[in-house]
Amino acid sequence: MTFRTPGRPRDAEAQRRGRAPRRLTAAAGAAVLALATTACAGGNGGYLGGGGDGGLIRASWGDPQHPLEPANTNEVQGGKVLDMIFRGLVHYNPETGRAENAVAQSIDTEDQRNFTIRLKDGWTFSDGTPVTAKSFTDAWNYGAAGENAQVASYFFQFIEGYDEVHPAESGARPTARTLRGLHVVDDHTFTVRLTRPFSLWPQTLGYTAYAPLPRSFFEDHDAWLAKPVGNGPYRIDSYQPGQRMTLVANEDYAGEDKPRNDGVELRVYTDNNTAYTDLQAGNLDLIDDVPAARLGNVENDLGDRYVNQPAGILQTVSFPLYDRDWSGRSAAKVRQGLSMAINREEITSRLYHGTRTPAGDFTSPVLGDAGGYRADLCGDVCAYRPRRARELIEEGGGLPGGHVTLTSNVDTGSHRQWMDAVCHSINNVLDDSDACTVNPVPTFADFRNRISQRRMTGMFRTGWQMDYPLIQNFLQPLYYTNGSSNDSGYHNEEFDQRIDQANARPTQREAVRDFQEAERMLVDDLPAIPLWYQNGTAGYSERLSNVRLNPFSVPVFTDIEVS
Amino acid sequence: MGRYLLRRLVQMVPVFTGATFLIFLMVYALGDPVTALFGDRGPDPATARALRAEFNLDKPLWEQYLRYMGKIFTGDFGTAFNGRPVTELMANAFPISFRLMLVALGLEMVLGVALGVLTGLRRGRALDTSVLLATLVVIAVPTFVLGTTAQYLLGVELGWIQPAVSPDARLDELLLPGLILCLVSLAYVTRLTRTSVAENARADYVRTAVAKGLPARRVTVRHLLRNSLIPVVTYLGADIGTLMAGAIVTERIFNIQGVGYQLFQGIVRQNSPTVVGFVVVLVLIFLLANLFVDLLYAVLDPRIRYA
Repeated sequence: MTFRTPGRPRDAEAQRRGRAPRRLTAAAGAAVLALATTACAGGNGGYLGGGGDGGLIRASWGDPQHPLEPANTNEVQGGKVLDMIFRGLVHYNPETGRAENAVAQSIDTEDQRNFTIRLKDGWTFSDGTPVTAKSFTDAWNYGAAGENAQVASYFFQFIEGYDEVHPAESGARPTARTLRGLHVVDDHTFTVRLTRPFSLWPQTLGYTAYAPLPRSFFEDHDAWLAKPVGNGPYRIDSYQPGQRMTLVANEDYAGEDKPRNDGVELRVYTDNNTAYTDLQAGNLDLIDDVPAARLGNVENDLGDRYVNQPAGILQTVSFPLYDRDWSGRSAAKVRQGLSMAINREEITSRLYHGTRTPAGDFTSPVLGDAGGYRADLCGDVCAYRPRRARELIEEGGGLPGGHVTLTSNVDTGSHRQWMDAVCHSINNVLDDSDACTVNPVPTFADFRNRISQRRMTGMFRTGWQMDYPLIQNFLQPLYYTNGSSNDSGYHNEEFDQRIDQANARPTQREAVRDFQEAERMLVDDLPAIPLWYQNGTAGYSERLSNVRLNPFSVPVFTDIEVS
Repeated sequence: MGRYLLRRLVQMVPVFTGATFLIFLMVYALGDPVTALFGDRGPDPATARALRAEFNLDKPLWEQYLRYMGKIFTGDFGTAFNGRPVTELMANAFPISFRLMLVALGLEMVLGVALGVLTGLRRGRALDTSVLLATLVVIAVPTFVLGTTAQYLLGVELGWIQPAVSPDARLDELLLPGLILCLVSLAYVTRLTRTSVAENARADYVRTAVAKGLPARRVTVRHLLRNSLIPVVTYLGADIGTLMAGAIVTERIFNIQGVGYQLFQGIVRQNSPTVVGFVVVLVLIFLLANLFVDLLYAVLDPRIRYA
């Protein structure tokens, strides 16, 4: 350091001043020494550079929001891992999105309400214990019980007895410990009784909340959480929470989609821009979310190693139908007018570089035509019709108070840009620069609080990422009276009846037809305006091939090959 | 000295309690965090209630605060929403941010003082002007821009470094992030030292030292620099806390899982145990760093005595 003058005698003045200078130099010297030793000690171990990790796929990851329990995970980062280490009764084909039997041998019903589930032989958890009927019922009972406070527990609400283990009223004690509707017949058979007919229910069972759990989950919960054990194509080799997780192929995996690679190393990135830069530098093999700011250059940077394909995500804006200004027939006309005033084509192409496509119904293209997707179901209401928009808003009595706001949180997801664009489009059509204004809310939590407390007064952002690829999932939770995500407070008895009817239909074709009838009612009432379908994006390094995303915009890890 | 130290330590108690309470109040004022745990979906009332009870969010603010403070003294800083104890998060994050701070502080000390002395002694020359201009640019351009540009150039274009820092955060990996983090402070240290050196260069004692026939280097280092360093040391001391707490941007750019990252995530997820816990430790660091600086004055300037 600059203070040092080694090898020279101290002058008299410095000595009179006392020992201060020496102490300072000594401290500085010690600091340098400390820096040097830690630098050496840190030199071995840690990350290896590009290509040194054998067959492991180095992929980006985000810190999961909740502990890694199947029924306690509702976001994509935790879901990504659970999807790798668990297989449920059914599994969604990554290509078609259709539910195919995985652990289930058969799921039979006569009346769409009582189901008999038979399991295949030979499935084991990666700790060697067998997957039995009890693995499922125990897991479901755990997920449903109110006292376990699992965020995805409402998935079990269809099963009879849910109210007893998970009472809704405040202060109520559960009157049962297990779901009355579950009954183990033998090691490989159990029956399920639902509260009402639901023909598509077996197809919902691919959701991670329905995964089986080994005994170790219940016997030593903390140890299990530190290193979760499942029955999926991969098993966890090491896990440093908040930093990284190494998954290796599970040799005893009984499913058909065996991994075509040795394993995956998930690395936590705090900012997906850094992950993108790391991919460019060759330190990372796979990112499953190209940051919005890089979309403009991504084809230059990655060429054909960029993936952009539809995902089951629909962006909408909803209206507070509980507000007197927005209820009634004339308000529906205003809502339709607003929908026609939004130029979806222009916004998606300018802002999103082809990673969003204008929405024409209330579902998603990943459902396919057989699954109930109809690109033109919404018709003119979801198209850009400036003149008709003005007419409809006029007929409906104009905007309430001559003004509408568009509210969303702005802390994540670059929402500000599209909100500005939507308002701009509406203002242009109405030729009034103050007709629509953006109302940004600083945090997501605050925004969701306002919605759940029904304090909205104008349009607000609502998005829906499907839980399972069924048209039911795009309609019932969102628009059924008191549905779990019915944020607009939509209530239409005819719609509810249609949904009930659809759920009781024995075949998917008939069910889908009823769901689409119900969907048409939404176009008339328009509790929410469909904006655009969201795609999933990914980018990968030259080491990988056969990379694609499933309908949930998660990479199909088992198919990836490493060279 | 001993009494002075004791008095200062006792003074820390009200500052500490006040600061923690204010932070607690601010996080609390952000509203109920439980709804956000359910994503874009309306929370199931029973589950939300159970979660509120689990994290004591159903109690009044004063009771939450008292419970929290009571637990802190037994070493329990609460649990984050993802089930990890906050002490575990701190044990991971603080060493990393501390290392980053040391690197940044070391760089800004060595480079800043050296540049300050050089320019202070050569005022008005080409070197002085160019360094001054450079510091101006550094102060004016946001850290985010400098950081991402340097990361791209060195990490992707030239391939000299890895763009992201590994979870181990080794010192050699932290060199660039440390430099980016300290650049603004470095500019200030350079300017402070320069002004101070330029002022003192005309002082009587320097003239005396030169007249005594001491070598120029000795005059500069022993006499001039030592007297010029007091304002710089004040600044550096205060900077320790800033470098640890203010690294949010740098830590995000280079994927360093330190204090800034945990604080950011705590705020976004409105997890009061995380935010308050980390801020409590940061407040302690600020207080201790300030005390350290005050004590250092006496070392640098023997005329200052604490009783």
